[in-house]
Amino acid sequence: MLRYSLKRLLSLAISLVIASLVIFLVIEVAPGDPASFMLGINAQEDTLNALREELGLNQSKLERYLSWTFGMLQGDFGTSYTYRTPVADMVQDRLWVSLPLAIYALALSTLIAFPAGIYAASRRGGLGDVSIMGATQLGVAIPNFWFAMMLVLVFAINLRWFSAGGFPGWEDGLFTGLKALTLPAIALALPQAAILARVMRSSLLDILNEDFIRTARAKGLTPQQALWRHALRNALIPVLTIIGLQFSFLLAGSIIIEQVFYLPGLGRLVFQSISQRDLIVVESVVMLLVFAVILVNFIVDLAYAWVDPRLRSRT
Amino acid sequence: MKTSRNLVIGAALSTLFIAAALISFIWTPFDVTEMNIPSKLQTPNGTNWLGTDHFGRDIFSMIMVGARTSIAVALVAVGIGMGVGVPLGLAAAARQGSLLDEVIMRGNDLVFAFPSLVIAILITAVFGPGAINAIIAIGIFNIPVFARLTRSAALPLWQREFIMAARASGKGNARISMEHILPNVTNLLIVQGTIQFSLGILAEAGLSYVGLGAQPPLPSWGRMLADAQTMVSFAPHLALIPGGAIILTVLGLNLMGDGLRDLLDPRIRVERT
Repeated sequence: MLRYSLKRLLSLAISLVIASLVIFLVIEVAPGDPASFMLGINAQEDTLNALREELGLNQSKLERYLSWTFGMLQGDFGTSYTYRTPVADMVQDRLWVSLPLAIYALALSTLIAFPAGIYAASRRGGLGDVSIMGATQLGVAIPNFWFAMMLVLVFAINLRWFSAGGFPGWEDGLFTGLKALTLPAIALALPQAAILARVMRSSLLDILNEDFIRTARAKGLTPQQALWRHALRNALIPVLTIIGLQFSFLLAGSIIIEQVFYLPGLGRLVFQSISQRDLIVVESVVMLLVFAVILVNFIVDLAYAWVDPRLRSRT
Repeated sequence: MKTSRNLVIGAALSTLFIAAALISFIWTPFDVTEMNIPSKLQTPNGTNWLGTDHFGRDIFSMIMVGARTSIAVALVAVGIGMGVGVPLGLAAAARQGSLLDEVIMRGNDLVFAFPSLVIAILITAVFGPGAINAIIAIGIFNIPVFARLTRSAALPLWQREFIMAARASGKGNARISMEHILPNVTNLLIVQGTIQFSLGILAEAGLSYVGLGAQPPLPSWGRMLADAQTMVSFAPHLALIPGGAIILTVLGLNLMGDGLRDLLDPRIRVERT
């Protein structure tokens, strides 16, 4: 297990280095000089030079790349070109919206998908199964931002149960914060729940055909008992992988959903920064998102090997 | 049988929207750029079959032209994914365990770490928004999907007798891949192609919605939804119609993908039932 973990850790590190290089180089190609953008077209050459010096723009590409990456390792993401504040502070504020939203959505999607998938598998071919599978087919086809608009129309505008958008902050209490994130989380969770329910169902059906289930049944267990006691635990392995993969979709999806609900999260920060050409913020947020995805996949890899010992020897 | 029903419904829905997109090149009921403020925000009626938007533009015509944008973006993106991903997957499988295989597969992992939206954000930050950039972003994301699928489908084939026979007759890896492996993975690629096509339509809609995709005056379903957002309380049809178009197209393609998979690979049909 240790050797496997070290190998995965090495591959994680290599992925991060290459990803940071790609992001840095792409942003480097961007036309325009941040210093003249910040100071405007009438700025004096010596003022521009002083600012370039201050921002480290006069250094070579290699020096800038190294100072960017080493800075990030120490939690220093540089200074925003537009707001002249540390990017790390801006990102941190926004993370308190985006991260809880992604986790909330992941929890909801699991809570919806597990019972639905288990029920469908246990009633295979029956009316319940067909209806749930039909619903998931529809769930996969619905764009989450459109679904978000419909939620706003019904629950915020017509029923007035929730606010149509905005985020009051966690200072107003956990309940208020969660309430503001509920509609966005549902919008994010439902399409993912549809995928997860399908995986849960097919994974369970595969397991239910295995010999050990037949043995359990031969010992006198009812189909329901065999499912709950033996099949479910084994069926969870592929489901765990999908949950890990979904995290990256949820993070990316939250960028769009934040636009629908005017939530002050990472997504809004990125779009704001793009329109203001505050590329250092874009660079850092993109790196952070990619880091999150790589890290989650790493954790899933480890969890997978922990659950299924055969995988450790294979790699 | 359920299988053929999926295929028929899916193919019918897909054909409907592809036809709408094609017809829009020669005919739409109204000019999509023509504003007609006096008749704005009309609900569906005899003249404007699906109503009009806040500028009085005909929604039916916009849906037709929007289908063109969505389908073109998703189709080219699938083309990029297949065009680059399939040769990479074939090459990786032909030399399994080699450095080439390792580099290709790790490269794939890396691309997977950049969700298409993140790629789009990067491209937009540098080159500005537009339909072409949306195509590139979705296309890049499709590459590892096809590379992985091709590799995993090709690997077991390399152990088969007919490949050994081809090798014995003096054919090289590249020729065997093209002549013997590729034809045997085509079915899988077609099925995955329809799935990626539907995902591409969803991704395009999402990118256009946040302003990273097709730019005005080119109508796109995602932007129609973005425009509708502030008016949804008094003109819900502005959101319901483009949303319905996206859902029906994606649903159609998914059903067609399911149907095709069952049709092209009878083994799955046996396993699933």
